[in-house]
Formats: sequence, structure tokens, C-alpha cells
Amino acid sequence: MINKQVRSVADALEGIRDGSVVMIGGFGSVGQPDAIIEGLIEQGARNLTLIANNAGSGHVGLAKLLNAGRVSRIICSYPRSSGSVVFEALFQAGKLDLEIVPQGTLAERIRAAGAGIPAFYTPTTVGTILAKGKEHREFNGRTYVLEEALPADVALVEAWTADQFGNCVYRESGRNFNAIMATAAKLTIVQACNMTEAGTLDPEAIVTPGLFVQRIVHVPERTLLTDSSASAETRKQAA
Amino acid sequence: MSPDSFTPLSRRAMAKRIAEDIQDGWYVNLGIGIPTLVADALPDSKDIFLHSENGILGFGPAPDPDHVDPWLINAGKQHVTLRPGASFFHHADSFAMIRGGHLDLCILGAFEVSSDGDIANWSTSAQDMAPAVGGAMDLAVGAKRVWVATEHTTREGAPKLVEQCHYPLTAPGVVSRIYTNLAVIDVENGHFVVRDMVSGLTPEGLQKLTGAKLYFRENVNA
Repeated sequence: MINKQVRSVADALEGIRDGSVVMIGGFGSVGQPDAIIEGLIEQGARNLTLIANNAGSGHVGLAKLLNAGRVSRIICSYPRSSGSVVFEALFQAGKLDLEIVPQGTLAERIRAAGAGIPAFYTPTTVGTILAKGKEHREFNGRTYVLEEALPADVALVEAWTADQFGNCVYRESGRNFNAIMATAAKLTIVQACNMTEAGTLDPEAIVTPGLFVQRIVHVPERTLLTDSSASAETRKQAA
Repeated sequence: MSPDSFTPLSRRAMAKRIAEDIQDGWYVNLGIGIPTLVADALPDSKDIFLHSENGILGFGPAPDPDHVDPWLINAGKQHVTLRPGASFFHHADSFAMIRGGHLDLCILGAFEVSSDGDIANWSTSAQDMAPAVGGAMDLAVGAKRVWVATEHTTREGAPKLVEQCHYPLTAPGVVSRIYTNLAVIDVENGHFVVRDMVSGLTPEGLQKLTGAKLYFRENVNA
């Protein structure tokens, strides 16, 4: 029987090599798989390229990985937020290469990679400095730029509930980049807040079918949803 | 001639003014800043679905502090609530809604808007190597209508409505209307056309605070 669940974060991250391209799900701190991101620091892979919407905040999760000096390049749409102090310091010191990609183009490049589409045309960035050097083409009287798919070696994803087959559902706005990144990497590793027996998730509700997922590690939610104000505060500090 | 005597709208009042013009049944995305405040100003009498880039259609006002759901944030990473009929989706679907022309309206903040409808709202310098673009460029080219909500001038008093943007563009020729703390201005055929102004402000007074020629509707409200 298929059982993609591994026992520990360390098992989940085994074999990730130096120089890997790593996608990290989440939008801000919602859906960001902090436990496996921080596990990468222990795991030791260096010279990583990260693909993520944000560049981390505070000193946990993504920011902690950056701070550990493991990342040489980051591809994202919104690196500067309040609290993105680690990114800012590394970037100013010239220790981090940055590629800025509009959020919709980033999402579509990831989706395309997962769907086996090498490139696509989008109207986004036409007439701006971000379109410089890119192929332009007219369709039906409107100008578009060519954008290439963005695949990865590894995707780190946070799901709300997963089963041993790798089927995943997400919680509320936690779906964000997670569901598309799960499709776009050779190795998709899921940090699941809850585990359920294989075959018990409602097939009508599954967002990520298990074929996209290689490994799952159960990391119970780090906040208490029963105490909503406290959990919001915890999340805020985490952000 | 005596100087104009007028009171600029507060940010909340601007949000309320914009909310009045959003039509029943529209699907709307609100950018960061003044546009975000529109979420709290929408009347219950209209069915308006608010879209957030991170995968929510149908979010509502900010929650009271005792009922914060940490999994429910808007694109500005502020906690929000859900309205009946809301739905969740992933980022590619979210931007399919945006880029595919399915949103009736997006409201953006801006550093500058030109009389050609160009908008600059993501970077204050071509030399800034780490600007944060987020979803602004996708929204600007994808929504059926792009409105801007901004103060009429910078804090230093420099005009934000100009003949030509000096900051790097978010998108050329997309803005159709601008709501400022002083006036509501349509962008039509390369011209700023004033729809209404705060009371006590004269056309000459508004022109002095604007970096491009203003045209005034015959029945302009003031």
C-alpha cells in the first residue's frame, strides 16, 4: 500500500542537494510550511534558489533560512514587507540575487511548469521596465510578453489535512501558492497540520490529488485555533 | 480674490465616497492603502464580492479582536471575515480571475497617474533594485475598470496627477477614474475631467494642485 507519510521532518528533507531550486508555499505566514523550511537549515543544503511570494518576515521560517546563509538567489513578487529585515540586510550587502516577478506571472509560471507548458504570453508588464528584454508579440491587436515556466527541484507545501496517499486539502486562504507549487516540483514535500487515514478524505473536496505529492510529514498546527486572539497573536509574531 | 476655504476628505470619507459608486453585483479587488478601507465602507444593501489575490472571493470587513481567524487574511496580510457565498481557490485561479478580465473593478493606490491613464504605484525609482510589485501589474491590465484612490498631492505638496509619470510605470493607459481627497476625476481621451470636488474648492484652486490641465464637466458638483 502507498504510504507517503514519513516519520520526521529530517526524513522528509532527505537528499535535497546543494544548488537545488526550492519552492516555498504560503502567502505571508498563512500556509507557509515553517517546520520543513527550518528543517532545511538542519538538513544543510546550500546555495539554494528559492521561489516564494514573499522573502520572509521576522526571524522564523523563510527568514531564518535566509539568515543561515543557505540561499543565494530568490525569485518572488513582494520581497519587501514590514518585518522583512533579514532579506533587506542580505540584499543590501549583495549576498542575495533577486528576480522580481509580478504575482500573477509568478503563479502562472508555476502552474505552467506543473502542467507541462514551457512558456506563455501575458499582458502583464507590457510597457514597464519588467518587460525589458522579453519577447513581445501581438494577438488580436493587443501586445503580450513571453514568460517561461518556472519548475523546481523541490516544493515545500503546507496542507491542512493530508492522507497517506498524498491527497491534500487546505484551510481557507492557506491554499494560495501551495496548491500550484505542489504540481511544479520533482519532489513535493507536504507539511500537514492533520493526517487522516488513506481513503477518508472526501473525493469531491480534494484540492491536491496524491500523485503530485512524494512525502508528507505530520506537523500539528503550531497555534491554538480555539483561542483565536492568542493564535492570531502567535501568527503575527511568527510573521 | 480670497483663497479657497475647503476641507479635504479623510481617508475614511474617501473610502465611503468610492463605495457609493461601486455597483450592486460587481466583483472587486482592493489594493493596499486607501482602497483597503473601502471594504469597511460597503453598504449591506449591495451584493459586492471582494476578491483577494491570495485566494478569497467574498471577504468582509475586519473581524473584532476576539474573533480573528489566523487563516483568513487579505492581500495586505490583514485579518478579514467571510461573507455568505464566499469561496477559496489557489493563486493561479485567483490571477485567472484578474488577468482573464473577470473582475469588474480594481481600485489601486498610486504614486502618480497621468492624463493618459498611466499609473505608477510600485517603485519610486528605476535605481531601486528590490521593489515589491506584488499583484499590481496583473490587476492594472486585467480588471475591466481600474480606479485609483490617492491623496491629491504628496505630503510635500507635489502633484500626483501629472502629464507624464516620472516613476516606473505599473501599466500604461489603464486608469479610468481617480478619487482623491479633493476631487473625483475621470480619465477620458488623454484628459483629466473633473466630475466633482469638495465644497469650497474652486476650479482654479484644484488646478494649482494638479500637474496636468483639468477639464470640468458643466454640471461639476462642488
